[in-house]
Amino acid sequence: MPAVSLTVNGKAVKATVEPRTLLVQLLREQLRLTGTHVGCDTSQCGCCVVHVDGKAIKSCTMLALQAEGADVLTIEGLATADKLHPMQEAFRENHGLQCGFCTPGMIMTAVDMVHRLGHELDERTIREELEGNICRCTGYHNIVKSIAAGAKAMRGDAHSHQAAE
Amino acid sequence: MYSFNYHRATGLRQATNMLGKFADAKLLAGGQTLLPTMKQRLASPSDIIDLNKIEGMSEIELKGRNLVIGAMTRHADVANSPVVREAIPALAALAHMIGDPAVRHRGTIGGSIANNDPNADYPAACLGLAATIVTTKRKIVADEFFKGLFETALAAEEIITKVSFPVPKKAAYQKFRNPASRFALVGVFVAKRPSEVRVAVTGAGASGVFRVPAFEAALKKRFSPKSLEGLTIPADGLAGDIHGSAEYRAHLVGVLARRAVADAG
Repeated sequence: MPAVSLTVNGKAVKATVEPRTLLVQLLREQLRLTGTHVGCDTSQCGCCVVHVDGKAIKSCTMLALQAEGADVLTIEGLATADKLHPMQEAFRENHGLQCGFCTPGMIMTAVDMVHRLGHELDERTIREELEGNICRCTGYHNIVKSIAAGAKAMRGDAHSHQAAE
Repeated sequence: MYSFNYHRATGLRQATNMLGKFADAKLLAGGQTLLPTMKQRLASPSDIIDLNKIEGMSEIELKGRNLVIGAMTRHADVANSPVVREAIPALAALAHMIGDPAVRHRGTIGGSIANNDPNADYPAACLGLAATIVTTKRKIVADEFFKGLFETALAAEEIITKVSFPVPKKAAYQKFRNPASRFALVGVFVAKRPSEVRVAVTGAGASGVFRVPAFEAALKKRFSPKSLEGLTIPADGLAGDIHGSAEYRAHLVGVLARRAVADAG
């Protein structure tokens, strides 16, 4: 079976995979990083969003072999040992989740949104940008609030700023 | 997904040779259509040739009066490119309407055009702007490139390398989304070019993207939404399905064309 070498959450990883293995399967089933979820498996729901080379992508719609040499960041790579990422903290503070299934994808999409669009995100922008993330519990209100608050909180946060660079 | 052999091409010649060598090979660009199709087992290629590591295929440059975009350029990069926004803002706006942010980070212009989905956005821009599709073998004008549902003029061992868009005087794209899939139920691209006006429609045709000569003639006389008042297109030859009848799509073509002309200003 072919091999793939990549960086996941700052650590060098080497794995052998079948060509048809999706990136999300490599992350979940081989690396046991089960924070990245599979909701729909048809690129609609966004539960599987991770960052590849700094950009949010749907890891169910990319082959693991395509991640050769890539720098992958998953939900597990956001927090430090004793401190949540400001976006995670904002979801907690604003009750931005109910069942939590979509939350990893929501947060990875939200962090990508801040990297691209900055720290002052209005409601309309956030709702538009969440087009590829589906939540079946919350009605989105608290997710939108969480992202607006998390975007502000990421300003000046050394850890998340570093991730943005 | 059925199993396949994976090949990472590092050059166009190598990719072309691989296309010739394997019985049922498919090129992998952004993968945002191909991989879902393979997961549904609607496609089961023996070999996948990944184009993502080929250098120099995602450049955007203005060459004289043409905006030239590399085939592997991602939708997000077209949408955010200052060069595209300056030269053909309607094209940047169209790229921003494709899929969602994560899909736009992966999907490519070349992949979209080669796939020629009847509801895709880029074919309308290519036809509306009189683009030229440049391949490893030749240059194909948009009028001769799109051949029907998922069919193009591409030969078996031919790879799109870039797309060249003549810069129009004005242009705009209006898209009426299917609320579930977010694909165009109907999309209309209107361009006022030095020599002609073009109106290209995606989503509505039973055999893919098409132009509307009656609208073009009216707009050439006067480029105003008023020129289209009372003009309609027949429902014959349009697609009808659970998302909308052919008559409904025909109606949308008129509405969106007027909006696009107004938007182009």
